[in-house]
Order: sequence, then C-alpha cells, then structure tokens
Amino acid sequence: MQVIQEDNSTFQDDFKQAKKRLKKQQKQLLFRRIMRNRGIVIGGSTMIFLSLFALFGPLIVSYDPYEMIVTDRLKAPGGDYLLGTDNFGRDLLTRMAYGARVSLSVGLSVALLSCLLGMIIGLLASYFRSLDNILMRICDGLMAIPGVLLAIALVAALGPKKENVIIALTIVFIPNVARVVRSAAIVVREETYIEAIRAQGAKTWRIIVLHIAPNTVAPLVVQASFIFADAIITEAALSFLGAGIPAPDPSWGNILHDGKVVIFTAWWMTVFPGILIVLSVLGLNLLGDGIRDYIDPHTTK
Amino acid sequence: MKTYFLKRILSLIPVLFVVSIVIFLIIHITPGDPAAMLLGEEATDEDIHQLRVQMGLDEPLVVQYFHWITEAVQGDLGTSYFMKEPVMVSILSHLAPTISVAIMAGIISLLISIPIGILAATKRGTNTDRTVMGFSLIGMSVPSFLLGLFLILLFGVKLQWLPVAGYRPITAGLFEHIKYLILPSIALGSMHAALIARMTRSSLLEVLNMNYIKTARSKGVGEFLLIMRHTLRNAFLPILTVIGQTFGSLIAGAVVTETIFNIPGIGQLIINSVERRDYAVIQGVVLFVTFTYVLINLLVDLLYGVVDPRVRLSKK
Amino acid sequence: MNPEKLLEVKRLRTHFKTETGRVTAVDDVSFHVNKGEILGIVGESGCGKSVTSQSILRLFDEKYLVKYEGEIIFKNEIDLLKLSKAQMRQARGNEISMIFQDPLSSLNPVLTIGFQIAEAIMLHENTSKEEAMAQAVEMLRLTGIPSPEKRVHDYPHQLSGGMRQRVMIAMSLACKPRLLIADEPTTALDVTIQSQILDLIEDINKRFDMGVIFITHDLGVVAELCDRVVVMYLGQIVEEADIYNLFENPKHPYTKGLIQSIPHMDGDREEELHVIAGTVPSLENVPVGCRFAPRCQFADEQCNSQAPELRGIGDGQKVRCWHAEQIAERKEEVYATS
Repeated sequence: MQVIQEDNSTFQDDFKQAKKRLKKQQKQLLFRRIMRNRGIVIGGSTMIFLSLFALFGPLIVSYDPYEMIVTDRLKAPGGDYLLGTDNFGRDLLTRMAYGARVSLSVGLSVALLSCLLGMIIGLLASYFRSLDNILMRICDGLMAIPGVLLAIALVAALGPKKENVIIALTIVFIPNVARVVRSAAIVVREETYIEAIRAQGAKTWRIIVLHIAPNTVAPLVVQASFIFADAIITEAALSFLGAGIPAPDPSWGNILHDGKVVIFTAWWMTVFPGILIVLSVLGLNLLGDGIRDYIDPHTTK
Repeated sequence: MKTYFLKRILSLIPVLFVVSIVIFLIIHITPGDPAAMLLGEEATDEDIHQLRVQMGLDEPLVVQYFHWITEAVQGDLGTSYFMKEPVMVSILSHLAPTISVAIMAGIISLLISIPIGILAATKRGTNTDRTVMGFSLIGMSVPSFLLGLFLILLFGVKLQWLPVAGYRPITAGLFEHIKYLILPSIALGSMHAALIARMTRSSLLEVLNMNYIKTARSKGVGEFLLIMRHTLRNAFLPILTVIGQTFGSLIAGAVVTETIFNIPGIGQLIINSVERRDYAVIQGVVLFVTFTYVLINLLVDLLYGVVDPRVRLSKK
Repeated sequence: MNPEKLLEVKRLRTHFKTETGRVTAVDDVSFHVNKGEILGIVGESGCGKSVTSQSILRLFDEKYLVKYEGEIIFKNEIDLLKLSKAQMRQARGNEISMIFQDPLSSLNPVLTIGFQIAEAIMLHENTSKEEAMAQAVEMLRLTGIPSPEKRVHDYPHQLSGGMRQRVMIAMSLACKPRLLIADEPTTALDVTIQSQILDLIEDINKRFDMGVIFITHDLGVVAELCDRVVVMYLGQIVEEADIYNLFENPKHPYTKGLIQSIPHMDGDREEELHVIAGTVPSLENVPVGCRFAPRCQFADEQCNSQAPELRGIGDGQKVRCWHAEQIAERKEEVYATS
C-alpha cells in the first residue's frame, strides 16, 4: 500500500514537471513561430518604433511646434534644425513628432472605434435574421460611397476638428468591419455546439458574447490593422487637402499641405513626413498580412 | 442570363436608396444652422430666415428628402449657392479632366499590373516573383497623393521631362493632352496596379492548382497555352472584380490627385466647395461620383456573365 | 511466349521537396504493363499510387517540387524520364493519356467539351479545327454520349457526372494512345454509373488493344476489370500477382488484410467486417524495417530491423515480406476483428 502511494506521488511529481516542461516548450514554439513570421516581426517593430517616436519624440525635441521664427524660414536640414524648418520657421522634426501623435492617435482611435461598433453591428446582423437585411443594406449603401468623398463630406458638415475627423473615418470604416464580423459569426452560428448551448436555455446575449464573439476576434484583428493603415492614409489625405485636422495643429498631412506650396524650394517638408506615412502604412500592412498568415497558414499570399 | 441582369440591376435599388439618404442627411448633421453658416456672422436673422425658406430648410425632413430625391432622379442636384448655377452644370463642366485622369490611370495600371502578375505567377518562388511582390507591397503602401508629391519632386526638380501641373483639354491635341496626364495617372494608378498585380498572381496560382490544369498538362498542352487558354479565363473572374472595384475608386481617387496637379476636375470643385461651405455642390458631387462608381461595378458584374459560361448559361 | 512489354517502370523514386525536407512518396517501385493488358494498382489513400501514375507522365513541377529517379521505359526503347520537356509534351495525350478521379474539376469550366477534346487532337495531329471538332464528335459517340453533335457545344457544368467522365475518356482516347492511365475514374460516381464506365474502359481496352493502368482502392473493381495487380503500401509495392493468385493465394499480410476487409454479398450477415489494425504512418517517418511491420501481427525482430526486398516467388508473383511462405500457409483469419 505504502509502496504504491510513494509511486503515485513520484508519478504526480513527474507529471507536474512534464506539464511544466511542455508548457515551456509550447511557449518557445509559439515565440519561434511568431519570430519566423517576417510580416509580424518587421511590421511590428516598425510600429513599435513609430509609437515610441510619437510617445517620446515630443519630449525630446527642443522646439515648440507652434512657435514661428520668421528669420529661420525654410532652413535646409542640418545645422540647428536637424530636418530643417517649414515656411513659418517652425522646426520640422518637432512638428513631425507632434504630428505623429495626431496621425497615429487618429488612426488608432478610428481602428478601435470602428472595430468595436462594427463588431456590435456584425454580431447583431449575424444573430438576428430580421435585423440582418436592414443592417447589411445600410452597410452596402455606405460602402458604395467612396471613402475619401464620404469623409470629406462628413468633415465638411461636422466642421474641421480632430474629433470630427475620427467620427467621419469611423463611419467610413464601420461597414467593412461589420461585414467581416458577420461572415465569421455566421459560420459559428451554424455550429452544432451553439445549438446545444441554446437548447440548454442560455440567454441570447450570453451566447453572442461568450460563444460567438470570441470566434470573430481573429479576423477582426487583421481587419483592425488594415483599417489603422487606411485611416492614417485618409486622415493625411484630408489634412493635405485642407479638409481635415485644422491648421496650425501639426499632423503629417498638414505638414505636407504646407510643404506643397514650397515643394520646389523645400523638398524636406514633403520627403520626411512622406516617409513616415509610408513607413506606418507599410508596417501596418505587413503586420496585418503577418497576423493573417499566423492565424491561417493556408491562405495564399 | 436576362434574369441575372435584371436581378443585378434591381439589387442596386436598396443600395442607391441608402446612399441617397446618407448623402441627404450629411447637410443635416451640421451643428448649427447651415443657412447661418453659409451667410457668415454678419447676416441678420431676416437674411437667414429668407435663405432657410429658399433652401427649403423650414420644412420637415421627410418632405425635404422627398423634394431633393425627386429632383435628383431627374438630374437636378439643386443650385450652387456660391456659383449661382445648377450643381449639375458645375459638375459637368468639371467632369472631363477627372474622367481623363481616371481612364488614363486605369489603362496605365492595367498595362503594368496584369503582365507583371502573370510573370510573378509563372515564376512563382523565384527572385523575379519576390521582386515583383516586394514592389507591389511598397506600391500599396504609398498613397496616391504622396506618390504624386514625390513625382512632382522628381520630375519637377530633377528631371524636368514632364509637366508637373495643369491640364490641357483634348482639343489642344492628343499628345499635349496625354503629356499632362502622365504623372497624375501614374500617381493615381500605382496603388491599383499593385493591388491588381497581386490579385492576378494569386488568382492565377489558384487556378494553376486546379485539376483541369493537370488534365490539360496530361493532354500535352505547353506552358504558354496553359496560361493563355486554360488559366487566364478562369483566373479572370476574381481579377475582374478587383478591376471593377478599383476602377470605381479611381474616380474617387482622382478627386485627391487632381488637387496636387492643379487639374480643374470635380476634385477641385468639391474641395473649393468645402471651403465655401457650398453644401449643395458637396452633396451633388458625392452623389454623382457614387452613382458612377455603382454603375461601373454593375457593368463589371454584367461582364461576368459574358466571361463565365456558368453564369451565362444558367436559366436562360 | 512472353507478351510484349508496353511500359516498364524500373526502381522509380519520386521525391517531393517540402519545407521540412525531402519526402519520398514513391520509393523503389518497379512494375510493367503489357500490350493490351489492364494492370491494377491498389492501395489506401496516401500509398503513392496516384503519385506513381502522375510520375509516369511527369506531371509534377520538376523545377521546384519534385525529383525523379529510376527509369520509365516506354515501348522498350524510350526512357520517359530522359525526354526533354518538349518531347515529353508530345508523348502526353498522344502516346500515354490519363483520366482523373473527379470529372467535374478535371474539365475546364470555361471551355466547351468539344473544344477540350479537339484541343488534344490539334496538339498532336496536323488537323484543322473543323476536322478536330468532327473527330471530337466521333469520340463522344464512341464513348456512348447521346446526340454528340449537340453535346460538343456544351460546357462541363451542363453534363451529369457520368457524362463528364465519358467526356474525359473521349478526350484521353482522342489521339489513340497506346497506354491509358485511369486514376480512380469511378470513385466520384454513383454505383450504376460506375459499372457503365468500367464496361466502357474494358471495351476500349479490347477494341484498341490499349494498355491500361487502373488505379483504385476498391478491390471489387479490380476483380471485375484487371488482369494483373500491384498492391502498394506507403510508397512501395508489397505484392504483385495476376488476378487469380491475388485473390486465391495472397502472400503478403497486407494483401490478405485488404481482401478480408471486402464485404461479401453472399456471406454471413452476422459476420463482422475485418479491419486492418493501426493506421498508416506518415511518409516523413517511415519504419526502419518492413514498412508494414507496425501493423503486422506476424512481425518479428527481423521485420522490425531489416527492410525486405520485393522478391519473386514463382508464377509471376512477387512479394515484399520476409515470411511470405509461412504466412501464406496459415489458413486462419489473419486479423483481429473489430
């Protein structure tokens, strides 16, 4: 009897250790799989770099983003001003750092808001067939209007303010999210285990939140990174056109707007913020592709 | 096929209905009174009231919508407050440059993207393939207005081969017309070219994995015919969808690109109207462009039927 | 009098390049087909029978995907594996043709069936399109498709499954090839249609004195159609025998197991079906010794450590098993029932 108990306890120790080892291995494996995914590594590190620039850049730079030093207008890169000055004599690097805050925060807010609202709409549409038709027709209609134009019109109507740009872009991107969530949710809805849970008398909202919603998160994350990128592009386009973030607040699009007038004399005002936009869009696209490959390795690239 | 056409056309009605409501409501989400905004701060209450009546703002929303939509359906998009002319007239007078840019961008992007996509697919896994895909990824990450600015810098400052701003109507000679369109069209078309190249590649690769390609190989069909005859037509359906979608968005994209290159198209019209708070024009342009966009997508869908016998021959 | 060999496969190996390394899907496979003979290749899915057949026509992408070793001698003179790409293309469809499992996905959806048949003719014979189309109609008639003049203008989706397989057969016969490879041509079809297609293949085999390689997992079909059979397991041939010996004197334990797992219509209804215990290991980690050893109840030390060769045991029968003679003696049921 005693012998057996001893055996049992050593066995349990072994078992625990094995379990620990396995968990560690699993973690390592997961880490290696992520590191092998070039999209996630390159895209992710680009975004981390840009976020650090937005967070800490404004703390490090030594100029004021609004202060105009008329005597220092359009200074070329180098010297006192690392990346030169703009046509009002403001330090370009400083404005780009503050602009990063605006541009990235607009992009992130739009991605989060449109994902949240789009998810709610998509889940409702997938679960309640009566709502489905109406909600999807509205989405069809909104998606039929070219995004930039809808954004221009909405900002024009709401007034040029950062908050209104976020609202306008969120409205533009909600239908995409709703469609993605809906199609993912419909697949789950048809599964037998949902039927089983319903048969046990679970409340509807409980089924949606606990059982259907988690299954839509993976495609949602991919979609979010693409929307983040699209929102950065659209905000920059709107601000560039003078229909977005109002001057003198810096955003990458605004700097380009100012730079357009002096493009032949001050190339730096176009090139540097342009590179930041391309980097962030490239980084987010890579990240989105990478996450998609990670979730579903079978998708053809 | 007739039922397919009819179904497809009828399915547009709810879409356009929603579109019209959204566009109609845009003016009404304006905080404050649009009439007051239009007239500026010095306007008297009397003036504002008069304008409200003139614009029909004093009537209930449903009535206003009903007026607006019945007129819009007849091609009357209202009157520009600023230019004192019908919105339709303003749009039509700004339309030609926009269409020129969009068509030119479409042609350039198709000429580049489809051969490149085919090349990448046939050389899958090689350095050629990787190079093409790398470029297309970069192409997709440079927004058209930014590429436009870069092109202006490159051609305006360095190379000076092509005009970097302005527009010559086709009446000034085809060569002159095209010369001014090249840079804007490249700027506008690059993102679409990248997208279509990727789509062409992945769509071809998918078809090349199909069993009927194996059948064709087992018959002794060579690589060239295999692509041209057995693969392209099947791969073309998804490519066509993307072309349709991007072609529609070319029109919208042209709006942004025009501003960079100082082309007097409907893009400039809407941007100027935003500054002037000329809501009737904003609404009119958005409605007009959306309608065009929807129409192009419809045409692409109808083309499906011609390309795919499975659609063409189903339930005649 | 030895019958003339039409195709002889010698020590064929087909390696696939994968992300994790090389996988040998066909390992040291040798067999032959005589003129006018129907050879069956039998095995479970994943045993390499389809890969073998597609290797004969070299259908895999040789640049990135696959590497062949061995010889495939056609008509006693040409080694197919040594032909240039262009020469191989000339042989495909013309000398050797192939039909596949799923006729719907094997026909191009956007081309008319008439054109798809005529294309094979135009590729190999110097004919005009009209003439090729006329021949296509004849081929359709030959395979028993009613009113072929009308059907040539149809698209694959307009035909039934059985009709589609007839179109596939018509296409493969269009250039009167000497060898037809049929890769599970009846698996996707209804039972009644199945026997019609089998009859058609047998009829063609007799009429044109054409060699046929018939690939299937269905021993019932083999019994009905084939003259000689090759049994494959995990990339290798485990037994080769004529149709009589295969069913009456199976020597390899795997073959025995396969035969015992056929349901008998006339047998005792109470009798349970036999199932071969265990599962097929993956090609990435094949057993060191005999590949069947882990599932074989007779396996001993030798089986687990040394791989047996395929050896002749008289009467044209070959087997890859150390203990074939002893096992063949044993009359009792080889496998536990489940």
